[in-house]
Amino acid sequence: MSAGTNKIDVVVTDIVPLNELVTRFKFERADGGLLPTFSGGAHTVIEMKDGETTRLNPYSLMSDPADRHAYTISVRRDDAGRGGSLFLHKNVRIGDEMVISYPVNLFALDLRARKHLMIAGGIGITPFLAQIKQLSATNGRFELHYACRNQALGSYVDDLTTAHPNNVHVYFDDDGQALDLENLLDGQPLGTHIYICGPKGMINWVRDTAERLGWPREAVHYEEFLAPQSGKPFTVKLAKSDLEFEVGEHQSLLEAIEAAGVDAPYLCRGGACGQCETDVLEADGEILHRDHWLEDDEKESGKKIMPCVSRFEGRIIVLDR
Amino acid sequence: MTIQFNDETFRDDYTFTNSERAIKRFPFPFHEDSYMYSVNMEQHQGGPEGSIYEKRFDVDEHYISEMKDRALVLDEDPLRCQSLPHMTLAGWDLLELIMVSKSEDYPDLFELHRDGNNWHWINKPLGIEQKFVFMDESTLPYGPMEYITRQTQGDFALLDQRDENLWMDAGMVTTQADWSLDFDIGMNFFEWHAPVPKAHEMGIFKRALKFLLNIQQGMPARRLNWTMTVNPLLDTSPENYHKWGAQKTTLTPENVGQKQYLRVELQTFFRLPRSNGMVFPIRCYLISLEDLVTIPKWGRRLHRVIRDVPEELATYKGFIDNRPLIVDYLSKFDDGAPTSDGVWPD
Ligand code: HEM
Ligand code: FES
Repeated sequence: MSAGTNKIDVVVTDIVPLNELVTRFKFERADGGLLPTFSGGAHTVIEMKDGETTRLNPYSLMSDPADRHAYTISVRRDDAGRGGSLFLHKNVRIGDEMVISYPVNLFALDLRARKHLMIAGGIGITPFLAQIKQLSATNGRFELHYACRNQALGSYVDDLTTAHPNNVHVYFDDDGQALDLENLLDGQPLGTHIYICGPKGMINWVRDTAERLGWPREAVHYEEFLAPQSGKPFTVKLAKSDLEFEVGEHQSLLEAIEAAGVDAPYLCRGGACGQCETDVLEADGEILHRDHWLEDDEKESGKKIMPCVSRFEGRIIVLDR
Repeated sequence: MTIQFNDETFRDDYTFTNSERAIKRFPFPFHEDSYMYSVNMEQHQGGPEGSIYEKRFDVDEHYISEMKDRALVLDEDPLRCQSLPHMTLAGWDLLELIMVSKSEDYPDLFELHRDGNNWHWINKPLGIEQKFVFMDESTLPYGPMEYITRQTQGDFALLDQRDENLWMDAGMVTTQADWSLDFDIGMNFFEWHAPVPKAHEMGIFKRALKFLLNIQQGMPARRLNWTMTVNPLLDTSPENYHKWGAQKTTLTPENVGQKQYLRVELQTFFRLPRSNGMVFPIRCYLISLEDLVTIPKWGRRLHRVIRDVPEELATYKGFIDNRPLIVDYLSKFDDGAPTSDGVWPD
């Protein structure tokens, strides 16, 4: 049985700076095997061991979904953020071993669409690169509108306009070029779906305009990242078992309880089945509910927690277990 | 492990039988002495050696005969297999998932040789050898979903995921417990579950859907469902109700042990990589009451479950009229002794 773990050990096999801000990274399986196929729009979550902290950042896969030898991502350096992009730019070298997640797609193509209309801003281009490869292989119809600062910062502009001269339209802000959105949306054939990936302002602008022009909600898609599942470490006390221990940042509360030798109930480990429901006796801090089981009022009461997915931020939480 | 395949029928003369081994590995679904709907889902990451959970797609002694029965159903009613145009990619996903899983899990029965997109598939039990080009439909005798599910036990619903819901946009359904693909095609999760009693009010479907939408590649899940069927019939479809419905009235105190079957479905959920859709295989296992009670714990427990199951469920599952007969028979195997937790025999 080889279906199972959803993490993959990889090696960084190439690092290519594209321009002042964006660098491309290539990953291959550490054991030399093939990577899982994926669908255009999918991302992978990259684990970065940065001293004491581990960062988990999602990045869109931009390589050809059918190519199982390697995954590539492009990362824009964010000097203001504390996050992983600086770490990738500064600390990661060819040959480094890293851990990534199986692909997850929260920005999938609607395969019923007669035409895929893509609108990208800046580094938001990356998921479209994979989608365009997928659609090109299956004769899907697409049109890309790509806005970026200028020629120098326009990652992949040349590749795209060379490969798809009739389907790719580029707008450079510095040259005063701007997308005429109303006109664009107005002229689309029936059965067109819109996809947006870029800064929040751009996403809102396109969604609002589409709504105003009467586009159905289901035909407008935009990239949304789920927050990574881990969190800050915290201390838990089990009253019945009389144990107190720390829940690590990559452990779920349930895993920590099991690691402490307590046999706690579970079934789905995904916040749906209700099996692991546990009473909270005391909580000096805030419970971060991430399950689909508890009703809203139960969540607000602070008296229950689902340890398979939910966490805690604060001094200590005491459970009736 | 080599499997001795049965030559048996699921219609007319009903020569279906379970070997000793098949009885021992039967997926008895009740972990306690009562039953109510719940969000009974867990991860599908293998299971005890020899159990039906061990492999991704269980192949057992009924394989060849089940595939013959499927071909007969499809000859009479081609609408049991349907795929809306946007589901072809998901069909290729499914073909790949099954071919890869079976060739890895049963190397003595199935082989898959891949050279880029030129694939060579060998199915020894069914005597099939096929060279084809992956993703090129013209190189297979059927569409990809139909091709591979004519060679795989269990029904298959292929779901498209969009608008925070799952849509039954393709499937191969010939061994169903009284529901119809032709009726459900194009429906979403809540629509096709509309006939189920109680579970909506209990919030089960709302929670189950959220869990399903979050299932990721490499993290399949599973659950069991069950009902009661008179005679070892795979095809208990609404389309053919006129043929099998009447058989429910043929039960007598003398024949109930042989003719009444517990029908258990192993339902699994896999995310499909290329289409981002999902496949829902529904694998049906049948066991006669007579065989089931050879495991004392199962006999005791089934008696208590069937006796106490709420009336709405017994009605929905279609055995309310026969319940007294069944309970009478099973009571002879229940001495009132306590039963241990969990589904496994003592
Ligand atoms: C996406 C995957 C699924 C598909 C395609 C599916 C399909 C179906 C269908 C076609 C029926 C028959 C409805 C009728 O009477 O016409 C059914 C019944 C039912 N389903 Fe699902 N289902 C799925 C997932 C689930 C899940 C995850 C759960 C829950 C935890 C669930 C719980 C039930 C229950 C309780 C019934 C009634 C069964 C009985 O009493 O025999 N289903 N399902
Ligand atoms: S184990 Fe299912 S909700 Fe926690």
